[in-house]
Amino acid sequence: MAVYRRSYTSYAGLLTPAWSRSLVLFRYSRKKLFRSKLQTALFVLCFFYPLLCLILIYLAHNLSFLERLEANQSISIDNRFFFFFINVQGVLAFVLTAFTGPGLISPDIANGALPLYFCRPFSRAEYVLGKASVLVILLSQITWMPGLVLFAVQSSLAGAQWTWDHLWIAGSLVLSSLIWIAILSLLAMALSAWVKWRIVAGALLLAVLFFGAGFAEAINAVMRTQSGHFINLVFLMKTIWTYLFRIDTGQSMTSAEAWTALLVYCGICLALLVRKVRAYEVVK
Amino acid sequence: MSTAIQSGAAAVTNQQAAAAPQTPVIDLQGLSVRFGSREILKDLVCSLRGRAIGLLGPNGAGKSTLINTLLGFYKPSSGSARVLGHDIRTDTRRIRSLVGYMPENDAFISKMSAVSFVQMMAELSGLPTEAALERAHEALFCVGLAEARYRELGTYSLGMKQLAKLAQAIAHGPKLLILDEPTNGLDPSARQRMIRMIGDIRDSNRLQIVLCSHLLRDVEDTCEEVLILNQGRIAHYSNLEEERKANKRFLELELYGANGDFTEAVEKLGCECATTANRLKMILADGVEVRDIYRIAAERDVRIRRLNFRRDTLEDIFLKAMES
Repeated sequence: MAVYRRSYTSYAGLLTPAWSRSLVLFRYSRKKLFRSKLQTALFVLCFFYPLLCLILIYLAHNLSFLERLEANQSISIDNRFFFFFINVQGVLAFVLTAFTGPGLISPDIANGALPLYFCRPFSRAEYVLGKASVLVILLSQITWMPGLVLFAVQSSLAGAQWTWDHLWIAGSLVLSSLIWIAILSLLAMALSAWVKWRIVAGALLLAVLFFGAGFAEAINAVMRTQSGHFINLVFLMKTIWTYLFRIDTGQSMTSAEAWTALLVYCGICLALLVRKVRAYEVVK
Repeated sequence: MSTAIQSGAAAVTNQQAAAAPQTPVIDLQGLSVRFGSREILKDLVCSLRGRAIGLLGPNGAGKSTLINTLLGFYKPSSGSARVLGHDIRTDTRRIRSLVGYMPENDAFISKMSAVSFVQMMAELSGLPTEAALERAHEALFCVGLAEARYRELGTYSLGMKQLAKLAQAIAHGPKLLILDEPTNGLDPSARQRMIRMIGDIRDSNRLQIVLCSHLLRDVEDTCEEVLILNQGRIAHYSNLEEERKANKRFLELELYGANGDFTEAVEKLGCECATTANRLKMILADGVEVRDIYRIAAERDVRIRRLNFRRDTLEDIFLKAMES
């Protein structure tokens, strides 16, 4: 390493391909993320429930042990089991996002770092993609990835017929997780881009979900309608999940309505990001 | 890995071709920029080719807007511009790969050491990880932050943050370095260091510099060409090197042992003189050369301790431009 050089020298070496630049941002952001012990602890905590599910699946197929406990009728590995799994992991994904998401963009805006990114051959879309990939991969590791592992274990224990009959559950696991991850990532990044203070951005994320649900219920009660559910993100998500996992809970909203409402949410988040993630704001 | 990596040598050849002396560093053809109803830059036309180009102007003149437009941050409302021969509308990515930019305001990534910060910026410019790390160390040594390179940027003083910004701008080996108010907020000694460093980078002849400042001294100390902007228009263009040559008829002498005879003899040659203490300012008459002055001094036993070609200072040029 030629650190003894004290004068400016030009660079004449190799260059990496343009598509790989987002990965640089992903690598550095992820490294920064796991420097926090709390973050690491929370991430590890997210694997306890999948571990518990794994034990339950094993027990469900170990009849002699369950007969001894007289509990062989209580454990059923079916769509409800995986629906409950995705609900629990979905909540954990939200908690993890509330800790992680706000720190992605807000420090760059607060410290004026965006011009440094965009004065390079690196676009705004690549920046958002690089930052989003941190959340997407992190949340994938606690949602559909362990979900698929559980499904694979259940398949190996239950046999080919069960696997063939319930293959759609694997698809539902992946799809429902990816929708939730996309919504959470976009929402967290949009709030992170608009609020410079990390803690406030985290609080806002909680507010959007909890106050949004409360506000929706208030609208429903006061106006004697069901249209308040359109602003309740949790309700929308649950509606889609119940359709994906073929569970009939007598939902008051159709799947198409929930999908449309979620797409509008995503569109708003993207518009907020486009408006804010730029080198310099133009004051017209 | 090697298949995934472009040939940097080819890229460098292209860069060298693009930065050939005949290619203007900045070529503006009726460039206008409008934010809503406000026209910030108005029909700018010029072609700048120097090693170090100064952008001068009072606050709000449009200097930073011009730089940001050249970097593709703002879209021109009309006209066009080229940077190192590349169109800012169509070749933004290419331009950004050739440029190193040091922004005016605080710009850093918190909770990151200087070396990681510069390495990441170099990687985003396309350098492989190992090369980026090496270049980050070199750049930080170059700007004088070697001892503090493992410290977090958040703990840096303002002057050190400025130097870190300069390091990230040069780490990837750009062909053009754009510095927006590089001496902002620096104390006199830090300012001197920064100016000296910019001079060293310029003298390395490996890249060209555009320096944007409202401080005349900074531009005068580092630049060869100056573009003065006022209210979004070009108020004056000046090639300082040519100005220096054009003003060679103005002399300032520091004399020892002079008396009235010497001044009288010089005036008889047709030169205009003005005396202050042991200094003599004069304008050489046509046909009179400097050696004639030396001859007269030798005949009268007057010793010339210093002889300077006095020229208009940048301040004079700037004030004239503002008045016009």
